[in-house]
Amino acid sequence: MATNPMHQFEVYRIGPEIKLGSIDISFTNASLFMVISSLAILLVFNFGSKKNSILPNKIQLLSELSYTFVSKMINDTAGSKAKPYFSFIFSLFMFVLFCNMFGMIPYTFTVTSHIIVTFILAAFIFIGVTVIGFVKHGLGYLKLFVPSGVPVVLLPLIVIIEIISYLSRPISLSVRLFANMMAGHTMMKVFGGFVISLGIVGGWLPLSFSVALTGLEILVAFLQAYVFAILTCIYLNDALNLHH
Amino acid sequence: MIKKILFQSIFLSFLFTLKAFAAESGGMPQLNPEFWISQIFWLTITFGILYILLSRFILPRISNNLETRKSQISENIEAADKQRKDSELKIKEYEKTILDTKNKAKTYFQQSREKIIKDINIKRESLDKDLSEEVKKAETEIQNLKNQAPQKINKIAIETSKDLVQQLIGVEVNNSSISAIVDDLSKKNLGKYYGN
Repeated sequence: MATNPMHQFEVYRIGPEIKLGSIDISFTNASLFMVISSLAILLVFNFGSKKNSILPNKIQLLSELSYTFVSKMINDTAGSKAKPYFSFIFSLFMFVLFCNMFGMIPYTFTVTSHIIVTFILAAFIFIGVTVIGFVKHGLGYLKLFVPSGVPVVLLPLIVIIEIISYLSRPISLSVRLFANMMAGHTMMKVFGGFVISLGIVGGWLPLSFSVALTGLEILVAFLQAYVFAILTCIYLNDALNLHH
Repeated sequence: MIKKILFQSIFLSFLFTLKAFAAESGGMPQLNPEFWISQIFWLTITFGILYILLSRFILPRISNNLETRKSQISENIEAADKQRKDSELKIKEYEKTILDTKNKAKTYFQQSREKIIKDINIKRESLDKDLSEEVKKAETEIQNLKNQAPQKINKIAIETSKDLVQQLIGVEVNNSSISAIVDDLSKKNLGKYYGN
């Protein structure tokens, strides 16, 4: 059982079964790590913003650097019009980042390794961005599917491709994060299993791989959170500033 | 030999793991919809609360902190700038006062010098005047003496020559003949003594 690399992704109930009507909304290990990540974010940023000293201490510096990092990212990709959505993108980035990072601790559960979680986030972003686009530009938002400077003959094809690519955004966004997380953790588990099964004689090679993979996975955890946030910014940019 | 064992063991364990994988895995747990609703529910709740708390309380505080720091720093820079300007102005004032006092001192010096020179001149003039008067007085006295001197000398000469003649030859010579001789001689020698 323990050697199954997919075992770590299993969701199980913690505490009693909670039912809303006929729907099961029990508190699970996934819920637990969502709560832990959120609490950790709130704790860090609460302590990081409580005292305002001219020379910030470490936690204040951390929170202010994250703030300026995300704010710069939004400003660079989506421009100044995206300022009202800063809080959302900041929360999103931090949530995904903390979930990814908590997943790197042994025996924890990686919330973002579940397609349903990433898909709900991506779908919410997709719907939100589409609504923003139609509210800002009305039906003119449909011009997004008609790139300028395309020969009229190719136009129907291009429009179809554009629409497909637009509709596949939530899928690509969610699958990217989910697959990265799942693949990384599965690999680490597989190599961990090798270490055990090869024992003291041959276990050193997979162990060294495991160590290297841990570093890589921490990088991936940050990178995927960043990619998730920056793609959100790019979609938002399409909705706010219609370029085509 | 050891290498062979190592490779074999790696290969065998790989096979074993794959076998175990195949036997135990019932597909990906991610695709089991049993807890999907629960995950969606808890995701909505936790992320919603996180978003509300961050956007309402924490992020405004951070941006406020950043802004106050920025404004404080710029204020401090401004204050420093102002103080620098003030000090520069004061330095200029100080230099000006020093220059003024220097000029004043110069003028005082000049004035007092002129005054002293004037005083000295006045005193010198008066001294010169006194001196020239004295010199004139002395000159007149000398002139008087000079004028009187030949007569006196003549008189003495006449008397001495009269006494001499009486002593030598016992004859009384009258004054007029002796004085005629003396006058004649003194007139001859006057230029020799006085340079007239």
